[in-house]
Amino acid sequence: MSGILVYALHYDGAINKNSLGAVSEGARLASELGTECHAIMVGEGITDDLAGQLGNWGAAKVFRVEGPEGLAQPVVDAMAKVATDNDHDYLLFGGGLLGFEIGAGLAARLDAGVVMEVTEVVAQDGKLVAKRPILKDSQVADVHYRSKVGVIIGRLNAFEAKETGSGTAAVEDVQVEFAPHSLKATMVQRGEQRGADVNIEDADILVAGGRGLGNADGFKALEELAGALGGAVAATRAVVDAGWYPYAAQIGQTGKTVAPKLYLAAGISGAIQHKVGMQSSENIVAINKDSNAPIFEFSDLGVVGDLNKIVPKLTEAVKAKKSG
Amino acid sequence: VKICVLVKEVPDAAVEKRINPSTGRLDRGGEKNLNPFDTHAIEAAMQLKEGGAIEVDEVVAVTMGPASAERALRKAVSLGADRAVQLTDDALAGSDVNGTGYALAKVLESESPDLVLLGQQSDDGECYTIGAVVADHLQMPSLTQVIKIDVEDGKLRCERQAEYGYDTVLVELPAVISVGDAINEPRYPSLKAIMGAKKKPLDAKSAADAGIEADRVGYDNARAHCSDFAAPPAKEAGKIIEDEDTGETVEQIVAWLDERKLLA
Repeated sequence: MSGILVYALHYDGAINKNSLGAVSEGARLASELGTECHAIMVGEGITDDLAGQLGNWGAAKVFRVEGPEGLAQPVVDAMAKVATDNDHDYLLFGGGLLGFEIGAGLAARLDAGVVMEVTEVVAQDGKLVAKRPILKDSQVADVHYRSKVGVIIGRLNAFEAKETGSGTAAVEDVQVEFAPHSLKATMVQRGEQRGADVNIEDADILVAGGRGLGNADGFKALEELAGALGGAVAATRAVVDAGWYPYAAQIGQTGKTVAPKLYLAAGISGAIQHKVGMQSSENIVAINKDSNAPIFEFSDLGVVGDLNKIVPKLTEAVKAKKSG
Repeated sequence: VKICVLVKEVPDAAVEKRINPSTGRLDRGGEKNLNPFDTHAIEAAMQLKEGGAIEVDEVVAVTMGPASAERALRKAVSLGADRAVQLTDDALAGSDVNGTGYALAKVLESESPDLVLLGQQSDDGECYTIGAVVADHLQMPSLTQVIKIDVEDGKLRCERQAEYGYDTVLVELPAVISVGDAINEPRYPSLKAIMGAKKKPLDAKSAADAGIEADRVGYDNARAHCSDFAAPPAKEAGKIIEDEDTGETVEQIVAWLDERKLLA
């Protein structure tokens, strides 16, 4: 039977939010195509409860494979076997780093067309068409598959997790013989948290800093502004990787996704990887000295200027306004 | 060991990119340059070579692209590669991720590298996946978005950020590693290196030279085709303030925030 197979990533006893979204989307598309949505999980000692709960999000069946966690290539082996044995036509991922790696590996293994950064999928004439923004999101292309199997890798948060299913899904164990190369990368440590704990997901106001701050000291001015506004400080991946701010404050593709009432971006260019983590914010204010920075294309208020001059004065003005 | 670095020619960042509506493919006219993300991969290769923890005999820059891509390849050589290989053939034009990954894997097979390095993405295609495609064809372990590489008993100890924080992964050679741009600050080539790059060997190969099956590459054999380009749902243009008088600018920002009750 043809159908849709969705990869469900899990960690520490919980299934990834984007994976739940992908399962919901897979279930919706499967019903339009008149087929079933199945999910697959790969890991060590996955419980019946953990796997079975995917039924709540629309999976008709969950394939469970015992194997290493957190690495893409063992999942490529597992999904290639399950998709071939069960004749799945589409392999769906909710985005994130592993989804990209697994999807790409499957494209090679199964000679399957692959589309990444997909924001929408539609059923047309019994087939799926993936919509993908291109050229820095200035256009959206319809992508048609010309292969037996199609790999669809969603953009982060593209698919909403909806509990529409009918309870617990059947769990089927599958034995997979991993390819030798798939076992030549081994996890030494997974999910290490570096730096202080910062809770940015619950904040109504976020002041976020990027490379344009110039150095780690630039965050001091942002912390003062955030303090005056009653918000928290967030950061881009670039500055977290540079060691200017803790990982817990990172917004974007591999960090957190936020939607505060106010998102004030200082020295952030607005690359896609950052945008996906904050574009649902109610009000976006950007300060950047480069008037061509992409962030100005999706900010509600854009300020073209030197943040080192503007931020301290803005902090003072906010304090004065609030106390007056 | 031998390191191959995959590089790509991309339109210069300053060139406005557009889709040719009649072909559905990126219009690749205008100024070209070496994909900026690839310079981090070359730098990572040079640091492994200079670091001494493994003996690097040779760094080879490898590209697939039209004749003009030679310039990007020369730039890669000026940044430290010992020689270059260019896969160039009209039959390859319009290849998608599948065709490109397969073709690059065929070229790499003939080089038998111990390590393949590449940048985390190309500046034009906005695709992050070619390393994983190449790795599956070569049957090598692979990791993307790596921000730190250490050598440990002949293996690579790699760090990267994944969904749940930082992961540390031990990877056996031969391997395919794509590096994130946070891994290093690429050096600038010296004038001497730029001049010297012209004298280093550049081996041009056709698809047939590399043993590439013609029915697996090119636009007609792409496994996915783009069509029906549309503008995304428009977001209303925001207000823009050019900061000339900072006092005035700040006043305007505060008024804007206050109107939206964000200063309560």
